[in-house]
Amino acid sequence: MINTKVNIAGVELKNPVMPASGTFGSGKEFCGLIDLNRLGAVVTKGVSNIPWEGNPTPRIAETYGGMLNAIGLQNPGIDTFIERDLVFLKQFDTKIIVNVVGKSISDYIEVVERLGDEAVDLLEINISCPNVKEGGIAFGQNPASAMEITSEIKKKAKQPIIIKLSPNVTDIREMAKAAECGGADALSLINTLIGTKIDIHTGRFALANRTGGLSGPAIKPVALNMVYQTANAVKLPIIGVGGIRNAEDALEFILAGATAVEVGTSNFVNPASMEKCIEGIERFLEKKGISDINSLIGTVC
Amino acid sequence: MEYKRESVLITSQVKITSDIYRISFQSVTMAQNGKPGQFVTVYCRDGSRLLPRPFGISEIDKEKNEVSFVYKVVGGGTEEFTTYRPGEFMEVMGPLGNGFSLDGKKALLVGGGTGIPILLELAKQIKQTTGREAVTVVGFRDETYLTAELSKYSRVLVATEDGSKGTKGNVLDVINQSGLEADVVYACGPHPMLRALKNHFGPLQVELQISMEEKMACGIGACLACTCKSRETDPYTKVHNKRICKEGPVFDSNEVLL
Repeated sequence: MINTKVNIAGVELKNPVMPASGTFGSGKEFCGLIDLNRLGAVVTKGVSNIPWEGNPTPRIAETYGGMLNAIGLQNPGIDTFIERDLVFLKQFDTKIIVNVVGKSISDYIEVVERLGDEAVDLLEINISCPNVKEGGIAFGQNPASAMEITSEIKKKAKQPIIIKLSPNVTDIREMAKAAECGGADALSLINTLIGTKIDIHTGRFALANRTGGLSGPAIKPVALNMVYQTANAVKLPIIGVGGIRNAEDALEFILAGATAVEVGTSNFVNPASMEKCIEGIERFLEKKGISDINSLIGTVC
Repeated sequence: MEYKRESVLITSQVKITSDIYRISFQSVTMAQNGKPGQFVTVYCRDGSRLLPRPFGISEIDKEKNEVSFVYKVVGGGTEEFTTYRPGEFMEVMGPLGNGFSLDGKKALLVGGGTGIPILLELAKQIKQTTGREAVTVVGFRDETYLTAELSKYSRVLVATEDGSKGTKGNVLDVINQSGLEADVVYACGPHPMLRALKNHFGPLQVELQISMEEKMACGIGACLACTCKSRETDPYTKVHNKRICKEGPVFDSNEVLL
């Protein structure tokens, strides 16, 4: 009997695979394409205190082995999220992780408090979206701000909090330590890398926002290295994210020190990616005679 | 769930003009559930191209379970599709989006550029369900295509910017010159064309259904990449944005800002 269960801040996931925020909505659109019950957790699209309009279009552009997005965190707000999306998600036998966004600390806290009595297992605090001017990344590129927002949210949160880190910093370990000092229960990394694309025929930026966040297989080596560095700098459990397409990618992150992984852009490439990833991990463990996936975490040498 | 991602058998690939192709494939789900105005997304074999490409359905053959779409070569992805041969398989998801509403009223179909192919299935179904031929106005820069196919199901009027065929000018010139009237107008084409149609038919209180286009990632309503601005707060998104892939791609022209 093989164990694929992992534990993030006291929450047991049946396996370490979940979607990356923003690539999966709240799961509704994917539920006829994959079995949500198979997933270790569902990580929702970022939710704010009030509805957000997001950025002008075009909001995405494909790049070689990757894509740029500048959606701008469009979301229906916490009321609709609780009444509609959370109700939908509760039908499934999977953990629920809500990604929280805001423009100010009080915005974040408003969402966190509204979720306090809801059937939510973990909160992922997004302090790393590169596509909105206020909030988000403003907290994610300065250790003091990251520590402050983490400790303020931690005071009010009823669920354990995961701080989602940006790679757009000089040393991600400094941000990880700041979140740890602030009382974070776990970390997820990396969010997207800032990039751009130019249409040479029109002479314009491909995105209305000019810059966007790069995701997809192109960023995997960067993400993997940052997860490895961070795993050796803090004691917190880490959720690895960045360009994961399959079981091999997921296992690399686990060997680098991640306890769990998020699959993002790959959900667009093949909606069955996460299911295939889970099956692939199970097959790998079986073939290698490894009885517990936890014995692999951070074992790279 | 009404849509599926499938490996589908390609039944034909035809080059229609210098850079426009038609591909047909077999899918029970897409042929039986597909409607005019809906679209499919096609996944590239080349792993460096991650995102599925959306194409409006141009024809549906329910008896043969065959679906067709027409595409223009605009980049590496569509270049790759031109290499696909009958007998091979490709990855397709569909049918996606809402499609046109057919209600038996006197219809005018208007298409520009790559917006023209989806009018083919629409014209066919209008003729089949009402027994009457609609009028179809199509606008091209220079090289025309699909006009013979459209003529099987509708009365076709052509505009070309260079005047090489039909009326010299655009679709609005044809509509004005011919004094075309209708109870419902179905349109697909570039934004300036859609705007001009809205300005023309809006004051006449004529129903105008427009098919919109935007860069897409997931194609199923999850990623919120392909939004357009809506006049009212959208009941699903709770903001002034509608998802083109989900609430659309066909909208009543009064619903959206152009």
